[in-house]
Amino acid sequence: MLTPEQIEAKLDRILLKVQKPGRYVGGELNITVKDWEAATTKVALVFPDIYDIGVSNVGLKILYDQVNQRADSLAERAYVPWLDMEALMREHGIPLYSLESKRPLAAFDLIGFTLPYETLYTNALNALDLAGIPVRAAERGEEHPIVIAGGHSTMNPEPMHAFIDAFVIGEGEEVIHDILDVLQAHSSRADRLLALAKIPGVYVPKFYETFYLDDGTVSHIEALADGIANPVVKRIVAKLPPPPTKFIVPNIDIVHNRVTVEIMRGCTRGCRFCHAGMITRPVRERTVEEVVAAAEEAVRATGFEELALLSLSSSDYTHILELVTAVGEKFQGRQLNVSLPSLRIESVSIDLMDKLRQRRTGGFTLAPEAATERMRRIINKYISDEDIINTTREIYARGWTTIKLYFMIGHPSETLEDVQAIADLCKRVLAEGRKVIGWKAKLNAGVSTFVPKSQTPFQWVSVDTRERILEKQALLKRELYRDRNIKLSLTDPDDSLLEAWLSRGDRRMAEVVYTAWKNGVKFDAWDEGRKPEIWKAAFDQHGLDIDFYTARQRRTDEVFPWEHITAAVRKNFLFQDFRMSLEGQIRVDCRLNCFACGILPTFSNMRRENPGEGWKCPDVKSPAKKISVELPVVGD
Amino acid sequence: MRLRVTFAKLNALRYTGHLDLHHIWERAARRAELPLAYSQGFHPQPKISLASALPLGFSSRCEVMDMRLNEEIPLEGLKERIQAAVPSGLQILKVDSVDEKLPALQTLVAEAEYEAVLTEPADGSMLKQRAVEMLAASTLPRERRGKSYDLRPLIGRVDVIETPQGGIHLTMRLSAREGATGRPEEVLDQLGIPADTVRVERTRLIFTNETIE
Repeated sequence: MLTPEQIEAKLDRILLKVQKPGRYVGGELNITVKDWEAATTKVALVFPDIYDIGVSNVGLKILYDQVNQRADSLAERAYVPWLDMEALMREHGIPLYSLESKRPLAAFDLIGFTLPYETLYTNALNALDLAGIPVRAAERGEEHPIVIAGGHSTMNPEPMHAFIDAFVIGEGEEVIHDILDVLQAHSSRADRLLALAKIPGVYVPKFYETFYLDDGTVSHIEALADGIANPVVKRIVAKLPPPPTKFIVPNIDIVHNRVTVEIMRGCTRGCRFCHAGMITRPVRERTVEEVVAAAEEAVRATGFEELALLSLSSSDYTHILELVTAVGEKFQGRQLNVSLPSLRIESVSIDLMDKLRQRRTGGFTLAPEAATERMRRIINKYISDEDIINTTREIYARGWTTIKLYFMIGHPSETLEDVQAIADLCKRVLAEGRKVIGWKAKLNAGVSTFVPKSQTPFQWVSVDTRERILEKQALLKRELYRDRNIKLSLTDPDDSLLEAWLSRGDRRMAEVVYTAWKNGVKFDAWDEGRKPEIWKAAFDQHGLDIDFYTARQRRTDEVFPWEHITAAVRKNFLFQDFRMSLEGQIRVDCRLNCFACGILPTFSNMRRENPGEGWKCPDVKSPAKKISVELPVVGD
Repeated sequence: MRLRVTFAKLNALRYTGHLDLHHIWERAARRAELPLAYSQGFHPQPKISLASALPLGFSSRCEVMDMRLNEEIPLEGLKERIQAAVPSGLQILKVDSVDEKLPALQTLVAEAEYEAVLTEPADGSMLKQRAVEMLAASTLPRERRGKSYDLRPLIGRVDVIETPQGGIHLTMRLSAREGATGRPEEVLDQLGIPADTVRVERTRLIFTNETIE
């Protein structure tokens, strides 16, 4: 194995031949470099995309701090090299290495990937290969690190089950310590994996087997050893720990040059398409004081020019007015941009932005997601056209010249009329803007394609075919490209379909992922990496049908490939919500009324032991009413 | 107040370019809580100027930056305060207050000196011979990014030095005026030294009205 000095010497010879060599050298402000020999357990945290994207990831930053705070462990970082650097690394025999100490990843005890979205899967395989670690978990021996993964996409880990030794389901702040303890208590790979499998929230694929029906759907999933949970219930933390503040400050320009303070985790809105909203329950909030103190400390520790207050729905944060007032006053005149994502479409949101005292150059973002009343009822994001028009008119009137509206096409049962309505609404918003500020008014319409995700009310529905997506996109282009003050951005249908089959794939798809990667697929999230024909060939090679995973409406009694994993929101609840969507029924904010999604009973003990204002589920004194819905069998 | 900071740019910071270095200084000012001045207008820019862009991959022991502050602050302890706020590849050598009315820093640079250390064995006497020939030429027509130019007038001095241990390094003094910048890698190429077998460091910036070392 190469030493850090050997790796550095090799790097010196190639770095000036690649774009942005600063990605590959480390040395940033606020990194932690610990004594290698003094640490019992060494962890390499990997974001499987390039540095420019990965370095600002908050999840890995949290884990980096958690591990490095332990005297017995250290954590270092790695990202995957861009194509030019990878070619040179392979040519010069440089394995994937950590930025802090320039050690090969194979020298670590634990490799931790974050997989927030599916288009990183092939990159994760490539990272292992570039590190000289067998890509398949079954081929790893005693000399290899244990490979774990977490992140939102692992709510259905199955397409990656063959490559990852253990998945963390849910929040990582506490479970990472359990994992380190297991690694220190056991020495052989077999003992370690068995002990890992017994940690609540940890899923070790080798201890489960999936059985299939003749039609290719899942019959059932069995745990293969005693004391192995089935289902694996996600982990959460009772109280959000203090947010990280010593963010790493890159020496080169990256995508998000900012500090992020998570003000709230979870969401009570219940939008049926929203994966994050379903899997990050329950809502837990930080206090205003904690957020402001963390923001101030983070800005002081990093010098970043932007502060992002992060949550899935800022408007729902209980003390949002107090928070923006405090932040606005604290940072006024300090050349700092503050961003507040996910505001509700109402004039109060404009007041909130006003209080932040920001310059109005960036545009004001709102996400109606759909443009007809019928569609809004189906997705459970109800807002009237009048509210949208009134709010956007006021945004223009109060000094913003650009409004960004986010929509999705491909919601269940969507017709071309629903898509037409998106175009009509955009034009109406802009026309109103023109009445107020004339030709300065601009509108950016971001229209992505809906991809059904596991553990959501829409996990049963099919995704639009490529032809159907193109038809809808053509309509939008036809309608909106004429106006030079409207900027339309669309998602490539191949990207959406890739995400669609990976997000609800089964174990058999792991072979497809492997073959696709072996045949050259990586950087699926990039234009440079888009290779649908290689994916198609990989499906063919393994006798699998893409449409089976994407274009098929799933049976209501179908056992899903991820049935042994749960985000603690019951399948019955999701199904009930799915049925309500078919009937256009709205479910209101569940802060007001508990709908018994399953979170409260699952975490009732934890809440009892850690009471406090932070928990935003209603206080249900009696045990939740058990609602059982017989799943009727419809479909094929 | 116009602050002049002389600093070394080393290690990982060699791979940080000129524009990114501006950002590093802007953030460093915020961390050090310096009252950095910004331009007026729609996109306020920090009033930071660097004497001379350093090519990517080169280290330096003599970079100079001017930074305008909105108010006077004591120089006492400032060097340490700034050092504590910068990434490890920057080493603060000197912090001064200079006359606000001086012309822009970039217009004051006349020449720069570089040291190039060869990382692989080479024929020293042959290099010396080539250097002599190069300096004897009246013109050195070259092409860079599709534009032809004469390298010769941009070269002040080039010396090839062999150490008793068998190592070879070169020192050179090149023009560094705005619009007439001699690039060390062009000189090295002219001498037939491959770019990936040499480490270059800027050792001195020579100003028109003063010398900063």
